[in-house]
Amino acid sequence: MDVTPAVNGSQDVLDPVARPVPYAALSVDASGVIVRLNDAARVLFGAAPGVLLGGVAPGWLVAAHESLAGHCPDGEAGSCPVGGAALDGAFRGSIGERVFEARPMLEGEESAGPVSTTWWVIDITEQDRLMRELEVERERTALLAEASSRLMASLNLERCMEVTVRLAARHLADAAVVIAPRNGRVHPVAYCGPDGQVDHRELRIDLTEVPGLAEAMQGFLPVPSRWIDPSAAPEWIARGQMREPGAMVVTALPGHGTAAGALVLLRRARQEAFSGDEEVFARLFAARAGAAMSAARMYAEQAAITRTLMSELLPPRTNELDGVELSARYRPAGDGELVGGDFYDLYPADAADPDGESLVVLGDVCGKGLEAAVLTGKIRNTLRALLPMAGDHQHVLELLNQTMLYADTTRFVTLVLASIRRRGTGVRLKLTSAGHAAPLIVRTDGKVEMAGTKGSLIGVLDDIVSTTATVALEPGDTCLLYTDGITEAIGGPLGSEMFGDERLRVELGQCGGMPPEALVERVHMLAAEWVGSSRHDDMATVAITAPRRSRLSAVDGHGPDGTPHRDSGRFLA
Amino acid sequence: MSDPLRQAEPPVAMSTWTDRLWDAVTAGEEYAAADTAIAALDDGMDIEDLLLEVIAPLQARVGREWAANRMTVAQEHTATAVNERLIAAVAHHPAVRERRDERAADRLGRITVACIDGEWHALPARIVAEVLRLRGWHVDYLGAQVPTPHLIGHLHRTGPSLVALSSSIATRLPAAHAAIIACQATGTPVLVGGAAYGPAGRYASLLGADGWAGDARIAADRLAEAPLPPPSPPRQAIDDLPHLADQEYTHITRTATQLVRHVLGRLPSHVPVMVDYTDRQRRHTAEDIAHIVDFLATALYLDDPDLFTGFLTWTAGILSARNVPAHSLLPALELLSEQLADYPRATDMLTRAHTAITRPSPRTIEAGMSGGRLL
Repeated sequence: MDVTPAVNGSQDVLDPVARPVPYAALSVDASGVIVRLNDAARVLFGAAPGVLLGGVAPGWLVAAHESLAGHCPDGEAGSCPVGGAALDGAFRGSIGERVFEARPMLEGEESAGPVSTTWWVIDITEQDRLMRELEVERERTALLAEASSRLMASLNLERCMEVTVRLAARHLADAAVVIAPRNGRVHPVAYCGPDGQVDHRELRIDLTEVPGLAEAMQGFLPVPSRWIDPSAAPEWIARGQMREPGAMVVTALPGHGTAAGALVLLRRARQEAFSGDEEVFARLFAARAGAAMSAARMYAEQAAITRTLMSELLPPRTNELDGVELSARYRPAGDGELVGGDFYDLYPADAADPDGESLVVLGDVCGKGLEAAVLTGKIRNTLRALLPMAGDHQHVLELLNQTMLYADTTRFVTLVLASIRRRGTGVRLKLTSAGHAAPLIVRTDGKVEMAGTKGSLIGVLDDIVSTTATVALEPGDTCLLYTDGITEAIGGPLGSEMFGDERLRVELGQCGGMPPEALVERVHMLAAEWVGSSRHDDMATVAITAPRRSRLSAVDGHGPDGTPHRDSGRFLA
Repeated sequence: MSDPLRQAEPPVAMSTWTDRLWDAVTAGEEYAAADTAIAALDDGMDIEDLLLEVIAPLQARVGREWAANRMTVAQEHTATAVNERLIAAVAHHPAVRERRDERAADRLGRITVACIDGEWHALPARIVAEVLRLRGWHVDYLGAQVPTPHLIGHLHRTGPSLVALSSSIATRLPAAHAAIIACQATGTPVLVGGAAYGPAGRYASLLGADGWAGDARIAADRLAEAPLPPPSPPRQAIDDLPHLADQEYTHITRTATQLVRHVLGRLPSHVPVMVDYTDRQRRHTAEDIAHIVDFLATALYLDDPDLFTGFLTWTAGILSARNVPAHSLLPALELLSEQLADYPRATDMLTRAHTAITRPSPRTIEAGMSGGRLL
């Protein structure tokens, strides 16, 4: 602002300190008359001393002065409400097109006569603009930070779409729509309206219905919103109270190399259209949303592949096998893993063979993690192929040994084979250990016996030997197969002890007559509590129990033939 | 149950069914138990009532009987296993299927129900899962002892509208907190429940859960009203619990085994009978001290001295049931106080617990600990 030199002499100007200051200053007495003013004030108000403030100043300043001099006897600056304009003792308002801040300084004693007030009036137009811009920038930064932290935390496509539309509808527009790439015949679409409610749908849509959408879905540069006619928006975009949007922007959601979808922003009619600046910001937001949606999509694809490949390696479900109760549990070494080097499998008896035995195997491949798990898969497949010979454990082990020696691997495996046959109310087990811990027999009365079987481990020597034990289980007795992950668990209350065979036997002594799932759970719970949060090896257990009485088929509600089975209120097979 | 006069009788009270089931369940007689449960449903009992008014109290009674030393660990596990089988069996009752099929049409959405890692008490979560299924939700029940990375992977894959986490053991609350934060970070609201959250679920809001429910029915009713709001933006444990900045929890957790060793080493000079302990007895004592340290750490995590005092008075009760004087706990607390003198919150908690145990019936420690068992 130009400050013209003083017109008059020094008589009617403020003291010399104030005079050269580029801010307008004027002294006004209690009756509202301008007593003195500096050059800047003369220029600003076009006034001379002696005129009424009300005649030259804007209403907000006049009201501020009255509030101080007239209606507020204590004269505390800003203590009187003046239409909400007071701020830390200052008053704000506009003069012409510019924004000013006025700060009062009270002069003279109240008791000694009329109080005069000196007003400093400062042009803050630029500052005000910068503050507003800063506010907008802060909001945008906060939005991007929130978007990033929410989006990065999710690897679920639907959730990412939900976060995107919700944030966009709240901060960038009145309503927002995200359209994901086609999945089969439909496009997943998420919509969030002004009420903040998110709606997910799978729609068969024609992308060309929406101006700019087909381009955005292909990752092309966005069509400027001024080229888009919002009234052309189809019903699935302009919904409910947003039926007739006033403005529409279509932005690509850039993914990893390909488009992750498109974001449509809608504003109500009578709202301002989207400025170029807003469109640029929407693209910044879209970049984050697109990256998150791409990652989520990729994760879903990878997870599906992993599950498919993994399904063969996962331990089978157990419940019962040919009239014998069975329960198994598996805990891989890593919390994030599903499989490892321990394994078990069940092979039901051939129904056509009256002398058929079912076979259970539990083993431990040297090594951990996925590589070991892949080998367990091969071993399980080999054993399945050898099933016709399963009656002769030594023969099965010899063939498996040959297979492993030929295979291009230096790994070996220890395992236990258990052939199971119902015999009256009891069960006859043939148990053979190949370099593995011998199974433990837990009698109903709590007596624990070790099965008398031992043999060479598999995959190292050309010739292997083994001794098979035959064990009879009476109703309620359990045979427990386990891997050394249980007994070699390190931990305990003192932190460095091994769980050990002896402790396992003592604990099993308390488990006589338990159902197999309770026994297996008990063993795993003891081992888990033993290791606490420390590292541990893979742990696997299988419990084979001779049913205490007639078999309960109600556990899964199905009869032996797989059909729902219920007879006079009883669930007995 | 085929008594032709049964029709004329008044409906059998819930507690009568509980008593009938009790005998079968504690004997491990799953067939008799299943028969009784089916008979109750045939008799017209609502499936939710059976789960919540009969089976859940039965399970609670199992815990009380164990605490009172009227049941062995094996019996406790067996009874729990029979209860689990019972729930699976009744889920296939025609009346239950019919109800579930009716409500399935509501397509309410998908919910994940799980117990966190280290949590073995699956039954409460199982009941929640069954009740929510009955109310028409698509429930993924992940069972007990779910490592958090698996849980989070499941949430990413399935994107449920809610995850319900059950915790029975207070000492797993720090782990539960980590699981809650991790689930919420995926944008999934978390409803918690179970005995670990304390009376009226006081720890649920402390740990930032989006909701708490006292039982499965309350949970289902709450979700029927309105969906839980989306969780707050991702945060860290210390944002909920600023007192963790004093590092007391961290210190005690990291040095837990040293603390146990120290107390175990010094205890015989305070409890003379320990000199003649067998290895087995010493091991039991070590386990019990480890448990006390574990609870102290949890109380520090939650900054709740009452949790520690409550645990020790409960322990004192358990000891009394096993003819061990509660005063045998005092030397252990004193030895811990010596080791933790630089940690004001821990010291305060140990002092309070000490006072609480000293107060009731003063008896001498010389009576010794039977079997070396504190707990």
